Amino acid sequence: MAGVLPEAARIARATGAARSERVIARSRLSRLAERIVEGGVFLSAWIAILVIFLIFVFIGREALPLLWDTPQPGLEAEAVTLDRLVGPTYYSDRPPAYVWQPVSTVPKYNLVPLVVGTLKATVVAVLFAAPLAILAAIFSSEFAPRWLREIIKPTIELLAGLPSVVLGFFALMVLASWLQDLLGLTFRLNALNAGIALGLAVIPIIFTVSEDALTAVPNSYREASYALGANQWETASRIVVPAAVPGMFAGVVLGFGRAVGETMVVLMASGNAAITSWNFVEPVRTLSATIAAELGEVVFGSPHYRVLFLIGILLFAFTFVVNLSGELYVRRLKERLEGRTAG
Amino acid sequence: MIGREENYLMRYSMRTMALAAAILSLATTTSAGQLTIKGSDTMVILGQKWAEVYMQKTPATKIQVTGGGSGTGIAALINGTTDIAEASRPMKAEEIGQAESRQKRKVKEITVALDGLTVYVNKSSPVEALSLPQLRKIFTGQITNWKEIGGPDAPIVLYGRENNSGTYVFFKEHVLQNDDYSTRMQTMPGTASVVNAVVKDKNGIGYGGAAYAEGLKALKIRKDDLAPAVEGNMETVQSGRYGLSRGLYFYTFDGGSPELDQFVAWVLGPEGQQVVTDVGYFPVKK
Repeated sequence: MAGVLPEAARIARATGAARSERVIARSRLSRLAERIVEGGVFLSAWIAILVIFLIFVFIGREALPLLWDTPQPGLEAEAVTLDRLVGPTYYSDRPPAYVWQPVSTVPKYNLVPLVVGTLKATVVAVLFAAPLAILAAIFSSEFAPRWLREIIKPTIELLAGLPSVVLGFFALMVLASWLQDLLGLTFRLNALNAGIALGLAVIPIIFTVSEDALTAVPNSYREASYALGANQWETASRIVVPAAVPGMFAGVVLGFGRAVGETMVVLMASGNAAITSWNFVEPVRTLSATIAAELGEVVFGSPHYRVLFLIGILLFAFTFVVNLSGELYVRRLKERLEGRTAG
Repeated sequence: MIGREENYLMRYSMRTMALAAAILSLATTTSAGQLTIKGSDTMVILGQKWAEVYMQKTPATKIQVTGGGSGTGIAALINGTTDIAEASRPMKAEEIGQAESRQKRKVKEITVALDGLTVYVNKSSPVEALSLPQLRKIFTGQITNWKEIGGPDAPIVLYGRENNSGTYVFFKEHVLQNDDYSTRMQTMPGTASVVNAVVKDKNGIGYGGAAYAEGLKALKIRKDDLAPAVEGNMETVQSGRYGLSRGLYFYTFDGGSPELDQFVAWVLGPEGQQVVTDVGYFPVKK
């Protein structure tokens, strides 16, 4: 590119036309502008990456001193050890339990109930959202007439724009009472309630990715199926859906990642009791809700503060792995399908 | 590590002090006084009412009241981001130490009202009174069915506060004797949410400030299993006969602005204490 400019200038000089001079000047200017814009875009891309990287460094810097800090004299009881992060607390007058109670004479930072709580709420969310979203995607891409599809798709995608605090409020005030009356539950706020509300937040993600996966299945598949005498239902259930299963799976994985990190809904709808059990109609306290509820008032640099950042790392690592594997899966699937059409 | 921490804190506190000095000089140049009050959710309704009545009388002083919990207010006082911290528990010695070393001024404690911490149950519950030892067993999870304490055969559903709440800490110290809450206790973001939950839940039990007891039943409290059941009211709270009476505090620094001193004096005076009664708490004993 560098050689082109002097060359053009030489030709322009040789012809000696004033008009060409102007053209050259203008093109030189536009090239400069192009460079600047190019540099700007390049820079902003790197700034975005740098910011994400710095966030990661920051979270790590706040949490990791847990590993090598020796407790201050007199505060040994507050020291956080691996055993206290995952092992049960023993009492003289009741059975041992996994306890999250960071404000206490002997603070208890057990992560087990929080991890269990997060999984419970998330599993309910995915079990609720995945069938609905996938069936809706199949209907929308294979069976719905064009005009109906134009309504269904944007409407479901609009659900993604619903603020999670609104979903949480709905679950807290309305859904919780319905579920309690319907199932005769002891606890109004529980994993089921929070999970269903979370599911509403996850449906658009699973729907969109599944719909894309279904429409990405080449039309030649469908045509071949019809040519062999299959009807619409047989084509959808035996040809198109199996071809799109990996994409749907990726959608479910991405939805799972969103549900793990979602905070406001579970903070409002889950009851926030750190119980370790697999009963789905008991209250749960999730990792994200714990950070949201407690980070506002912890003493800077205290063990409690560091443990909350450790929870942040856990969440970050978890969603990172889940989202990455989901993305990779989608990409591989696309390559495979496109490769086949070309061949 | 400890040294590094202190170094960081010192730099941090120097920066906040510079900022505070800047704000202070700004405040002294403007005629209208600004006061910020932050802290206990139990005291938010009280602080807001005080501010409202006081600002009508003294329009030159602007008062801003926010909640967040006693811990939040005390942290703000330590960090120098509020003039007054409202707290429903006494400040701990190490918190006072932190505040004084960071702000280089003496912390001042003022008891501005009394509260009978109330244990709420649903209106339909037949239970009228509980003793402190019974409450301890209920909230540590050793009593889990209402029939063990004279109610129907139904599970007890516990409601409490998040751990940044002064009420959470007070209840833990005075009722649980510093034992751990049951892991099954649902934690609510404010006293109003506890009340709301117990109103909706016929098996629910929760605790909170006396002023919030609307639409549910406030239990009488026995100090021990043989003691008489005492209702929380002005006389029993002021005399300390009620087992769960506690002080509500303002924390500020010595040498505050004249607006602050004037406001605190008014709060402790007859008009301020009348507001305490109106809101549903109990005036400081004269």
